[in-house]
Amino acid sequence: MKYVIIGNSTAAVACIEGIRSIDTAGEITVISDEKHHCYGRPTISYCLMGATSRENMKYRPDDFYEKNGVTTLLGERVVSIDAKAKGVTLSDGQEVEYDKLLVATGSRPFVPPMDGLDGVRDRFSFMTMDDMDALEKVLSPKKRVLVIGAGLIGLKCVEGILDRVGSVTVVDLADRILPSILDSEGAAIIQRQLEGKGVKFILNDCAAKFEGKKVTLKNSGQEIAFDILVVAVGVRANTELVRDAGGNVNRGIVVDTHMRTSLPDIYSAGDCAEGYDSSIGSNRVLALLPNAYFQGKVAGINMAGGEAQQTNAIPMNAIGFFGSHILTAGVYEGECLSHIAGDIYKKLFVKDNKLVGFILINDFLRAGIYTQLVRDKVDLGTVDFELLKDHPQLLAYSKAVRKAKLAQKV
Amino acid sequence: MKRIYVNEEWCLGCHMCEYECMFANSGLDEMFKLKGRTGEFIPRIQVEGGEKAPVNFAVNCRHCTNAICVQSCIAGALSKDDEGMVRIDRDKCVGCFTCVLVCPFGAIMPAPDGKTAQKCMLCTDNTAGEPNCVKHCPNNAIVYEERG
Repeated sequence: MKYVIIGNSTAAVACIEGIRSIDTAGEITVISDEKHHCYGRPTISYCLMGATSRENMKYRPDDFYEKNGVTTLLGERVVSIDAKAKGVTLSDGQEVEYDKLLVATGSRPFVPPMDGLDGVRDRFSFMTMDDMDALEKVLSPKKRVLVIGAGLIGLKCVEGILDRVGSVTVVDLADRILPSILDSEGAAIIQRQLEGKGVKFILNDCAAKFEGKKVTLKNSGQEIAFDILVVAVGVRANTELVRDAGGNVNRGIVVDTHMRTSLPDIYSAGDCAEGYDSSIGSNRVLALLPNAYFQGKVAGINMAGGEAQQTNAIPMNAIGFFGSHILTAGVYEGECLSHIAGDIYKKLFVKDNKLVGFILINDFLRAGIYTQLVRDKVDLGTVDFELLKDHPQLLAYSKAVRKAKLAQKV
Repeated sequence: MKRIYVNEEWCLGCHMCEYECMFANSGLDEMFKLKGRTGEFIPRIQVEGGEKAPVNFAVNCRHCTNAICVQSCIAGALSKDDEGMVRIDRDKCVGCFTCVLVCPFGAIMPAPDGKTAQKCMLCTDNTAGEPNCVKHCPNNAIVYEERG
């Protein structure tokens, strides 16, 4: 059996581990346009702030590919898939045949058209190790940094570079920071903390025009001078290979719960894939690292002839800024039970007698007990929710369930 | 692989396991030296249920077969070793606490430095040799053995 994997990040690694849990003999080839050994993509901000190193960013040990019998074609780009002939073509013309193919091409930065953007010399995205290396080269204590986008990527970049530059200004069209994971009240806490560190925010606004090292904002009309520009407005799934091969593509590559695309023997996983999200009951791109792993593993097992499905994916995020931590999961709908005191912020969302989501800021110990209630859609009538409201604990389960959790192998 | 299992009927709620865990991982040579310093250490095992609770029991890492923490770690800091133990490499850990977000047992927590996570490694990462919590449990409320 010949397995080919396009991409070399989390979903690809998980796919390899999934395949090898079933098939120890088949040939696996990984093709990636990135030259690096697999690394934890979200760790790039931590590297810039000195919390990890390039060596420690390696997502798997040095001997990972060798141990798993994987051939790597790194620095090579796949330009097309021939779903009928079952082969992929690389940019240098080389062709690689497959029996089973995984498309784990991830996503790329979305850069909206902005007047004068091409004239900005020091302009960066912040998604890859190469982005990190390029940005690091221009950091210096006097530089003024402008970040467009107050989402997860933009603000992790801010945390990574803040102590290495002169000033950081963040502009976002939304009315709050981290709009994908926080409501207004929660966002205000984190914004206040970041402002306390010296970060300047301009919300409800966007760039109208760049002129060299100056931007004019659209709504307020104010001008901001900068030396370094980071654009972190959003991402787009890399779907083109599957689309051009005739596969179903939406915002992401459409996959079923087995991670099969609409094309025979072609699977997809990770940030490029639009899989089933059980929190909303339909498919959407859940561009989260754990989800990339879950999907990649399921794909690998199925590619190798095993049986696995991903039916319980939910949005979930853990992110920190300067010692504050935000842990979130699910959807923010239904009845809200909140406990807010200073910088501690806790909201539980209950709907149809189930915990459907939560936001925890700076009070997050044992949050996984909540996450499991959300993921498994546990009927709150079967647990002592009064205890759980106070804090996550296994005491809330019945004795039988607890015994199954704690008195046997899981 | 031997794991730690809970007999909740026998737990006295004495919290000795927590102290023994802190001691084993503290690097101190005598338990009494923990006195006044317990704020510096965080046990990797936690007793649930207060004095008025109908039952007490201790929870630490279950070393799950399909460990969701390992699958979710953004840094590759969590891994399963050949025996099946879930290990954490704290040099790789960046302290995002995604593991805390996903562990269904609430068995991973921030280390005292607040910048990395910590979890039970069955005392293979200290000089105790065997799980110190089990060794000193006065009532066999936690045991270290093979089970299916």
